[in-house]
Amino acid sequence: MAMTETRPVSVDLQENEENRAVIEAIEADNEDLTIRHVPGLVKLQAPGRLVIKRESVEERLGRTWETHEFQMAIVTLSGHITEWDEDQIVLSWGHPERD
Amino acid sequence: MTTNPTKPVKKLSMQQRYSALTRDIDWTPSYVTEDQLYPHTTYEGIKIHDWSKWDDPFRLTVDAYYRYQAEKDKRLYAVLDGFAQGQGHLTLSDPAYLNAMKIFLGGVTPLEYQANRHFSYLARHFNGPGPRFAAQCQSVDELRHAQTEIHTLSNYNKYYSGMHNFAKMHDRVWYLSVPKSYFDDALSAGPFEFLIAIGFSFEYLLTNLLFVPFMSGASFNGDLPTMTFGFSAQSDESRHMTLGLEAIKFLLEQDEANVPIVQEWVDKWFWRGYRVTAIIAMMLDYMLPRPVMSWKESFELYFEQQMLNGLFPDLAYYGIRPPKGVEQAIWEKEHLSHLVYHTFYQFSHAANLTTSIPTKEHQAWLASAYPDAFEQFYKPKWDKLEKMAAEGNRYFYPGLPQLCQVCQVPMLFTEHGDPTKLCQRHSEFKGEHFNFCSDHCKEIFDREPEKYVQAWLPVHQIYLGNCGGPTIPDVLAWYGYAEGDSGEMLGNVDHNNWKKWHAQVDDSVGGRESVEVGGAAEAGKGA
Repeated sequence: MAMTETRPVSVDLQENEENRAVIEAIEADNEDLTIRHVPGLVKLQAPGRLVIKRESVEERLGRTWETHEFQMAIVTLSGHITEWDEDQIVLSWGHPERD
Repeated sequence: MTTNPTKPVKKLSMQQRYSALTRDIDWTPSYVTEDQLYPHTTYEGIKIHDWSKWDDPFRLTVDAYYRYQAEKDKRLYAVLDGFAQGQGHLTLSDPAYLNAMKIFLGGVTPLEYQANRHFSYLARHFNGPGPRFAAQCQSVDELRHAQTEIHTLSNYNKYYSGMHNFAKMHDRVWYLSVPKSYFDDALSAGPFEFLIAIGFSFEYLLTNLLFVPFMSGASFNGDLPTMTFGFSAQSDESRHMTLGLEAIKFLLEQDEANVPIVQEWVDKWFWRGYRVTAIIAMMLDYMLPRPVMSWKESFELYFEQQMLNGLFPDLAYYGIRPPKGVEQAIWEKEHLSHLVYHTFYQFSHAANLTTSIPTKEHQAWLASAYPDAFEQFYKPKWDKLEKMAAEGNRYFYPGLPQLCQVCQVPMLFTEHGDPTKLCQRHSEFKGEHFNFCSDHCKEIFDREPEKYVQAWLPVHQIYLGNCGGPTIPDVLAWYGYAEGDSGEMLGNVDHNNWKKWHAQVDDSVGGRESVEVGGAAEAGKGA
């Protein structure tokens, strides 16, 4: 359960001005990120775990940003959403802890 | 800038709000039993011990749901307005592109509406408030998808053929029975099977193969409104994927006895859905004038990498293995689109779309995308058909094809491992003979023959006299076709109009005098 999981998780986001701050925040907060551009969208892939942090998005956006707003950006995902609260969204594989 | 690094002030956390607004509005029935209130959740053999274990990672509440959905619609309708005002239909890469949209409108949009209806049923019939609320949101989403797709494509319907009668075509046209019968199969299953069929196998395993290529294709071919509705719908889709994944984990965690039942459904519904995506493979490889990525590449990225290497190692923990048909699907990725388009080319006089020989440039792209298959197996077929067309003998198949009793695709698939040998399988049931395109469709039939003997097979129905009459024109009239809906693309009404409209655009900057349809416009081009 605690072993390091490296199967890639990913999110595909619409590539537009609205989402630039989200994409940049993901780039800043996730090491070993692979970025791939497909017409109209950008695919962000990370080994094992990918995090989207509210603070990082807000810094780049210059306004408050609710994590719910991520629903406006996302096209598809691979992995489980193991955490989604006011501060961050986490995607990973493995069995999510239940709260 | 002036952001506030502290948490936004909130009365309740997301988790608390979610609990308050979904779980806490549930109640225990007092004057009927739970079984009387929810009578459909036991007969499939699925055992649920604790419905409260269902989790929604999105923590979606009614107010948040409507706020974001309204914003999505606002963005989409702004684009649609701009498109209509700005003569957006002139920005398409090529009129042939819209064939992909004709498939979408006739094949997919009606399924969105059916999904709306059936998720609404689940929202009534599941015992737990968590899944009921998730199903309710998905139901409203699906209605939004059906409506926005119809609104968006209605802008092309003003100018192009093949879209004017999509709902009737969905019910009647031979190849549209493939997606229709797939969904009817799911609708007529129990609530848990539907959840695995559509919620998991379709929305999680296969949806990316359907939507992402369509939307990237739209983006790359100058179709701004379709790209926008697609991404708008797809932003809901990630929530649906999450529901599907939550559903399968929930069933597997509730009782070990559920595992073999779920495995059978995963096997069945992967293959049912995969056979529907054969049409997508053709669309992606042959129908986008500016191709985005090949079916093979898309399958590797969205299925092999994300599902087989990502998801299934997780499901193995519960004792679930990848679906039975996967090996064949992996092998077929080299061949699928070529086989299907080759068939559509010969039957497009009876489809609500047009086809043509792929251009030299397009064939070069196909050869580079399929280095091990295209030139060896499929180019010779196109060369032959091209030669016939050049001799004034554009080939249309004069008869009706044999259909698979389960997937309803014409029997065009080959043996697993041999692209030169057509596959045929058969079963006998109560003295009658049934045909299948593959081992997996045969297995699906043999597991529930009573269900599949009832299939409405378009070819059989024509022979039975139920489709307007005995000749092809009779049947096409019964489909509701009008001039330009079908046949060869070159010289078709849409193709001629396209040339006329674009010549007029040239005219306004180039100063030509007048423009006639077809050849005259072509001859005048570049003068």
